[in-house]
Amino acid sequence: MNSEIFAILGNALSGTTLDIVPIILVLGFFQLVAIRKAIPHLKQKLVGLGLVVLGLGIFIVGLEQCVFPIGTQMAQQLTDLTFLADNDSVKLEALQNAKHIAPGVYLWTYVFAFLIGFSTTLAEPALIAVAYKAKEITTGAISAWGLRISVALGVAAGVTLGVYRIVMGSPLHYYIVAGYVFLIIQTCFAPKQIIPLAYDSGGVTTSTVTVPLIAALGIGLASSVPGRSPLIDGFGLIAFASLFPMITVMAYAMITEKLAKRKEIE
Amino acid sequence: MLTVSIQLAGPVKTIKFLFSKIFSAFMDVVPIIAVITFFQLAIIQKPFLQLNQTLFGVLLVVMGLFIFILGLESALFPIGEKMANEFAIKGNPWWIIFFGFALGFSTTIAEPALTVIASKAGGLAAGAGAIENNKDSVANFVLGLRFTVAFSVGLAIAIGVVRILKGWPLIWFIVVGYSLITITTFFAPQEIIGIAYDSGGITTSTITVPLVTALGVGLATSIRGRNPMLDGFGLIALASLNPIIFVLGYGILVYGAGGL
Repeated sequence: MNSEIFAILGNALSGTTLDIVPIILVLGFFQLVAIRKAIPHLKQKLVGLGLVVLGLGIFIVGLEQCVFPIGTQMAQQLTDLTFLADNDSVKLEALQNAKHIAPGVYLWTYVFAFLIGFSTTLAEPALIAVAYKAKEITTGAISAWGLRISVALGVAAGVTLGVYRIVMGSPLHYYIVAGYVFLIIQTCFAPKQIIPLAYDSGGVTTSTVTVPLIAALGIGLASSVPGRSPLIDGFGLIAFASLFPMITVMAYAMITEKLAKRKEIE
Repeated sequence: MLTVSIQLAGPVKTIKFLFSKIFSAFMDVVPIIAVITFFQLAIIQKPFLQLNQTLFGVLLVVMGLFIFILGLESALFPIGEKMANEFAIKGNPWWIIFFGFALGFSTTIAEPALTVIASKAGGLAAGAGAIENNKDSVANFVLGLRFTVAFSVGLAIAIGVVRILKGWPLIWFIVVGYSLITITTFFAPQEIIGIAYDSGGITTSTITVPLVTALGVGLATSIRGRNPMLDGFGLIALASLNPIIFVLGYGILVYGAGGL
């Protein structure tokens, strides 16, 4: 088991190194050609980049040891028709032959999608970084946890709706375009300061932790629901997970602004 | 910044500081542990198969997150801000626009998540008969898709840098971008839509996001009359929007216009 862990660690480290090599090349090139100055605290920065690679590598190994196997196994079990039918063969046959899927059948899958979307987003390193920066700039007016929780709620709602769409089999772009329209209207009423951050949080949320788990959930679900194709219906969950955080982050800013105003009046 | 604070503080303070960092990393992971434990025990109703391995994994996740955040504060953030600052002092806008493009392109072309999605899309296209079902044409398709996405991310960051320099509101770009996506979707083949929409979310990796954020915020801070909140954020937003348009376009090129 030990050698296995080292193999995984080696893999993860080479993956994160591959991520950082182009960055170092670009930074080095522009430092030499455009800025033409020695880099201050070079040693400290190189150590810091080393820590980024090492930390991310260890983080990914940990995820592969505990979160991913259990998460994917759960996604499979929860969407398995035998589990849904409580091991009852009559129910199982009815499920397999049903032309219309009652949306309630997958209740536990929705709950799982919501909770796993919420909890994994809270541990997403890129989001932690952006929340930290936002807090620093606004000198605490936007709290790091407030931002992270509203993003996580957005991912949770998005993934749940995305799972519902896979069960129902309706076309992805109807939901997404409707989401865009809602988002643009909401933007007109949101505090100006939050708008760029809100739109950024859509792309930030879906990386190291969330993508593999959500993809496993989508593909598992699309292969088990009768009449769905994993290739066409399995994609799209990530799109939901990046759309909804924009809505919830703006909502968060609108609510905190309202509360602050109310306090002023009092 | 970080090492400086460690050097200034005594050993007790250093230990306290590190512990508070480890504790906050642990708090980040607690919700995942809670959800997984709940489902394993209450819904699936089976004991954890390899409890040791799971606990060891949790420990690694916490330590990894802790080390990553140390590196983030001592390298990624300061580097991004310093570069932005230097460019702003230099005053030649073309260098920084080119820098934005190079950063976006190079980090995306090597992105593992993109490689995975692109290969899946390649298999899909071959299966649907849109391209010839042999190794060469699938590899060509996959490479073309990766270049398309990487180019679109580079372009998005370059445009985003111009936006910060000029101080244009982000929402113009968003509205135009969403309109383009909506229009292109109506001409795009069914098979590419899901992949295209997903590609927007996966292009920005954990290392790229802090660096690009620091770049934007650093630029907005260095240029007079720019507000870091209003102008500094928004680079990631464009980098997640643009690939959708380009991948839809790539789909139309390869499959031919689909229509709905």
